[in-house]
Amino acid sequence: MICQECNQRPATLHFTKVVNGEKAEFHLCEKCAQEKGELFMLGSGSGFSINNLLAGLLNIQPAFQESGQDPFQQEKVLQCEQCSLTFQQFIKVGRFGCANCYETFKDQLNPILRRLHSGNSSHSGKIPARIGGTIHLRRNIDDLKINLKEMIAKEEFERAAELRDEIRKLEKQLNADQKGGE
Amino acid sequence: MSLERFMNQAISSWMSAEGPDSDIVLSSRIRLARNIKQYKFPTLFSNEEAEAVIEKIKARVEHSSFSKLGEMELLLMDRLQPLQKRVLMEKHLISPHLAENSTHGACLLSENEEVSIMINEEDHIRIQCLFPGFQLSEALSMANEIDDWLEEEADYAFDENIGFLTSCPTNVGTGLRASVMMHLPGLVLTQQMNRIIPAINQLGLVVRGIYGEGSEALGNIFQVSNQITLGKSEEDIAEDLKSVVSQLISQERSAREALAKTSNIQLEDRVFRSYGILSNSRIIESKEAAQCLSDVRLGIDMQYIENISKNILNELMILTQPGFLQQYAGGPLRPHERDIRRASLIRERLKMEDQELGG
Repeated sequence: MICQECNQRPATLHFTKVVNGEKAEFHLCEKCAQEKGELFMLGSGSGFSINNLLAGLLNIQPAFQESGQDPFQQEKVLQCEQCSLTFQQFIKVGRFGCANCYETFKDQLNPILRRLHSGNSSHSGKIPARIGGTIHLRRNIDDLKINLKEMIAKEEFERAAELRDEIRKLEKQLNADQKGGE
Repeated sequence: MSLERFMNQAISSWMSAEGPDSDIVLSSRIRLARNIKQYKFPTLFSNEEAEAVIEKIKARVEHSSFSKLGEMELLLMDRLQPLQKRVLMEKHLISPHLAENSTHGACLLSENEEVSIMINEEDHIRIQCLFPGFQLSEALSMANEIDDWLEEEADYAFDENIGFLTSCPTNVGTGLRASVMMHLPGLVLTQQMNRIIPAINQLGLVVRGIYGEGSEALGNIFQVSNQITLGKSEEDIAEDLKSVVSQLISQERSAREALAKTSNIQLEDRVFRSYGILSNSRIIESKEAAQCLSDVRLGIDMQYIENISKNILNELMILTQPGFLQQYAGGPLRPHERDIRRASLIRERLKMEDQELGG
């Protein structure tokens, strides 16, 4: 059967919907069902929210742990020291309890973030001016170092020397800043 | 209260002012999610912490107001009537979550309602800038300035590697949600949306109808927004969204041109039928009203109708929501009564157009 929405792909989802006693049959492919998906989910009032979706996504991990149960290994409950949220609780609600949770669940977090943000797991946007402190400076230095390598590879030594001096200058500044901050 | 006075109070600048490309883009919105390091996130924080967050923001405003915003008003959710909250929600100034489920939720609102800072929503701070027309970069730079201003006094929860820490991992990184509200009747009439939506989804952006549920977009109004908040800079996120929106604008324009060429009289007929319904009906459901308003707005944009202001769609889509109708009526209304109210409000609004022309 062909999907009634796009008339191209094969229909994989078949269901009947009754509204005010009127019956309607639907045969959709996955793609079109996804498009119409919200309509049906919301219409049935099942409360199919991003929370549930997220919880489902996160749940992949404990499933692994359970299957690989080792009777000699005591189960360690991963819990945030600051707000006492456990990883299990986090999976249920899909919300962290405090900033420290990100540190506590660091090892579990990376795959989750990658899944949520199309493969990205590190921030490359704004850095807050005040508490960002030396981050700006360090990023700057990292960028220059990459530039420096490129210049050396291209054998543009004059430009490379300039970059080297600039890096030295910034590193000095960074050291001073860090000492001043301590 | 007269409709005119009611409207003067009800209309935010994003609904009435004219912005760039405002024939298609109704509004542009930027939202930044921020948390204060020392307090637990709103899902787990104590009452004391919640109050402390509000105090902190209050102190910031009292210390040195942000000159660009003028007078800011602090609204405490606990003190508002359910209907008042509903009206703020329908104006997109607060979220349903803040109105209904927050503990010590509050909102700091700028005079022209372009800026609203939600406090103790899902995150401690959510800065929202809502501008008329296609002004994403302008909204972003305004949000950034407010962010810097707040940061002077609040220690943000920030991690060098994963950026701004948010309650929900879907917002971590930039904490930025950029969205654009678009009126796309041409693409709907030419049945192109089903093709366009999946294509846009593949770019990490989301398209959805903001009124109505699921794939059905009431009034042909769609919202396009970014999904990914981590790994791209704020400017890149905004630029990506802008380029997709620009393409949608040009596709919508060519769809309208094509419609005018191939089915001019049918389209004109549709527009004027809808105009007839709006100016004469005595009972109208929100769905029908939305469709007719969309047709009339399209008619205005395509110059079939010349003597009605363009804001009519933006304004009436908001003013005919249940909360607004009840506020205008001065009390609760049953759904059937709302449909009657809606019809009379729309008729009265259209009459105002005639008077303005006459006078």
